[in-house]
Amino acid sequence: MKTPEQGRLLALSLLGLVLFSPPLLLLFDQPGIANFSTLSGIIFLIWALLILCAALILERHHEE
Amino acid sequence: MRSSAIVLIVAFSYLALLFVIAAWGDRRAEQRRSLVNSPTIYSLSIAVYCTAWTFYGSVGRAATTGPSFLLIYLGPTLAMLCGWMLIRKMIRIARAQRITSIADFISARYGKSGAIGALVALIAIIAIMPYIALQLKAITVSYAILTQYPDQSQPQLSLSGFLQDKAFWVALVLSVFIILFGTRHLDASERHEGMVTAIAFESIVKLCAFLAVGAFATFILYDGPMDLVTQAALLIPDISHRFGLDQVPGGALGWFGTLILALLAFITLPRQFQVLVVENVNEQHLRRASWLFPLYLLLINLFVIPIALAGLMGGTSTGEPDNFVLTLPLAAGLDWLPLLVFIGGLSAATSMMIVETIALSTMVSNQLVMPLLIRLPSLHLDKRHDLSGWLLGIRRIAIILILILGYLYHALIGEAYSLVTIGLVSFAAAAQFAPSLLLGLYWKGACRSGAAAGMIAGILVWGWTLLIPGFALSGWLDTGFIDKGPFDLGWLRPYALFGLEGWDIYTHALFWSLLLNLGLLVGLSLFSRQSGLEQTQAALFTNALRPEAAQAAIWQGHASRYELFMLLSRYLGDGASIRLLGHTRPKQDDDSPATPEMIAAAEHGLTGALGSATARILINSVVRGEALEMSSILSILDTTSQALEYNRRLEQKSSELARIGEELRSANERLRELDRLKDEFVAMVSHELRTPLTSIRAFAEILRDTGQIPDEKRAHFIDIIVRESERLSRLIEEILDMARLESGRMTLKPTRCNFNEVIHHSVEAVTRLNEERGVELELKLPAQPCWIVADPDRLQQVLINLLGNANKFAAHDQPRVLLTLTPYKRSYRLAVEDNGPGIAEAERERVFEKFHQIEQAREQQHRTPASHPRGTGLGLPISRGIINHLGGRLWADRGEQWGGACFILELPQAPEQVQREAVESQAG
Repeated sequence: MKTPEQGRLLALSLLGLVLFSPPLLLLFDQPGIANFSTLSGIIFLIWALLILCAALILERHHEE
Repeated sequence: MRSSAIVLIVAFSYLALLFVIAAWGDRRAEQRRSLVNSPTIYSLSIAVYCTAWTFYGSVGRAATTGPSFLLIYLGPTLAMLCGWMLIRKMIRIARAQRITSIADFISARYGKSGAIGALVALIAIIAIMPYIALQLKAITVSYAILTQYPDQSQPQLSLSGFLQDKAFWVALVLSVFIILFGTRHLDASERHEGMVTAIAFESIVKLCAFLAVGAFATFILYDGPMDLVTQAALLIPDISHRFGLDQVPGGALGWFGTLILALLAFITLPRQFQVLVVENVNEQHLRRASWLFPLYLLLINLFVIPIALAGLMGGTSTGEPDNFVLTLPLAAGLDWLPLLVFIGGLSAATSMMIVETIALSTMVSNQLVMPLLIRLPSLHLDKRHDLSGWLLGIRRIAIILILILGYLYHALIGEAYSLVTIGLVSFAAAAQFAPSLLLGLYWKGACRSGAAAGMIAGILVWGWTLLIPGFALSGWLDTGFIDKGPFDLGWLRPYALFGLEGWDIYTHALFWSLLLNLGLLVGLSLFSRQSGLEQTQAALFTNALRPEAAQAAIWQGHASRYELFMLLSRYLGDGASIRLLGHTRPKQDDDSPATPEMIAAAEHGLTGALGSATARILINSVVRGEALEMSSILSILDTTSQALEYNRRLEQKSSELARIGEELRSANERLRELDRLKDEFVAMVSHELRTPLTSIRAFAEILRDTGQIPDEKRAHFIDIIVRESERLSRLIEEILDMARLESGRMTLKPTRCNFNEVIHHSVEAVTRLNEERGVELELKLPAQPCWIVADPDRLQQVLINLLGNANKFAAHDQPRVLLTLTPYKRSYRLAVEDNGPGIAEAERERVFEKFHQIEQAREQQHRTPASHPRGTGLGLPISRGIINHLGGRLWADRGEQWGGACFILELPQAPEQVQREAVESQAG
């Protein structure tokens, strides 16, 4: 039995995998500030958002 | 400030602090005010993932291969995001089965197989030993840099100078620490609260140290990240290209491969399994850890790129990229920050070594040494009284050996490897556990042979594609085979197996090894059968998160309490045994059987200390009869067999019902037939009764109504009335006889009588009738008396009936009847034959049916009206009934003499007659 919470987490994991994988990754690899690639910056951003979402999903359920 | 003495004092003080913290953690655990029972501590303890490789190596990796260092942390982030499903399942299984290590876990999944456990333990040792060496190397190098800066020459490592090598002393102190806090007591759960507290503390230290360097580089050396980036772009012209995807080895594919590698390794590395699963106190802690640990990873990586940039700009003053973390503050002339960094690196290295060594030593003692020792008959281990000392001893020796081996590795070949290489090579080896572990969690069909073959093949491919070329590049072997393949076999080139070129070496190795591993696991599983225990375990593992899976394994065997207690106390000591079995120490002569719960508890306890495979052997040694396998299988099969049984019963019932239905239908048909016959009978009887009654009534009315009737005519009428009345009463008598016969109430008075005599009486009775028709009756009787047992009156009734019938049906011209009596075997046979038309063969049985003859008689009547007194149609059925009652037979046949009708009657001879005859024949 999958609870909605587990479904959300699974979707989040898959989203993370897709965002960190080649086809989308190539889109992030653009020259940015001082000609540096934006790749690292965007990855850190996605990373932080994923953590935020996971925290929201897991902690909200916890309080309920 | 950076003199050797101060550095050493600080370093060893730090280690002493770890001892204090660990002791404090253990103390709190004993007081049941556990520090570890907190999701934050749990999250921090998982951060043992970040080793010296992270601490020093990340910056090095960022400086050379761009953003690829991030992959090592993105993989675990993804694993933790779905950890609430995956890792919680592992935790629950480990809790239910008292799993102590990843080797134990995989061996338990595949039917508690000792061989699988040993295999996993061996692979783990091969894979992890270089990793431990890597930590020692980091300590040596960082110490050298710290004390000798700005001299950045690599410290010369050699075995002879080990006393001068600080890493050796650190390893020594650590072995004491691990022995103290890792093997203090044998606990069923193998949890080490003190150690976990110390690890969590170390995680905080390394994070703070790294953040401090990062903040220093970004905000003190430069004015924030923007300034850093623009200055770097100005100073080093091509630097902006160093952080794109094209810098990642293998490009996009290499990126993806490394991501998967890190994801798998995070779950399968023995130390990660230890902190994630074994040391977990409460599975709810996983909630917080699922996002807090990724956050930790994010924070510790936040300043990697700034430090790398600042280090690159430092030029010769900062030296090797792997050392930027340390050389950057040193180059700035700081005193305290480098020391803090050194302590951070030391904590990263020591925490990894502590957890990894505990995990490995548990595996070595439970999966490799103890199973062997127990099987060695010469040691008589199974008869020793206290083995808990042995267990602890083996584990302590294992700890020391592991650290010594790690040190030797570091001292002998450590120089040749760069930090990054060793880390990823270890990851790829640990990832070989992933197919057996993860597939085993979700696929019931995964079987032991598949898991073993997959892991062996995977580790062989790993060895060929990563380990051996690594040795070769370190100058240990001729590197020719890397470019040309062994014996010039191009398709066997370790970095381009089967001609697969253009991939980075890790993705390449991971692809081939996992392909083979997974292929063999799935393929062999599909084509082999699981043993009973394996099926049980597979079901328990795959269904672990289902609520109904919370059952305990039930033992069906027999063991005495004393035996069980002695077994437990040998390994766990008296106190733990009494606690587990919930009883006082049983007396020696106490042979009362242990309950299944006690046996299960004992197995759990032993599993915690020794691993499931060993515990199974031990429990089997005292439990007689059916052990876990059968009962568990039965409980699994139970539902199926119940359904089958139910089905079978239903089938039986329905066939029974069908049979009963058939019987009922045939009974119903017979009843209908009988009903029809009864109706027919009633109709016929009333018809038969009405005929004489009508004529009686008619003649009586004539006599009453007609005044003058001549006396002669009156006498004739009265004669008819009398005759018809006689016929009527005979008819009624016969109907009564018939009714008696059919209801079985006919009473016969059998006596010994002479058949000849009965025949003569009967013939006399029909003489008048014969004379009337002019029938010539011929008798052929034996001279001597023929004794039978019969009711003479009834027999006479039968004979008269037969003779009367013969009379009726004899030919019109010269009617003749022949009566013969002959002995036949042990009976007498009487035949009454006439010279009439005879009875057709099809009719011969039907004449014995009630009223059958009526039709014939009626037809006859039409032809020769009122020529003969008609039969009632009951004579023959009554005759047959009587003869049957007398033990004889009556049937119709074709006459032998004239071919007319012939009725044959057979009656047994009287017993005396038989005897007397025998006597007479002897005398004669």
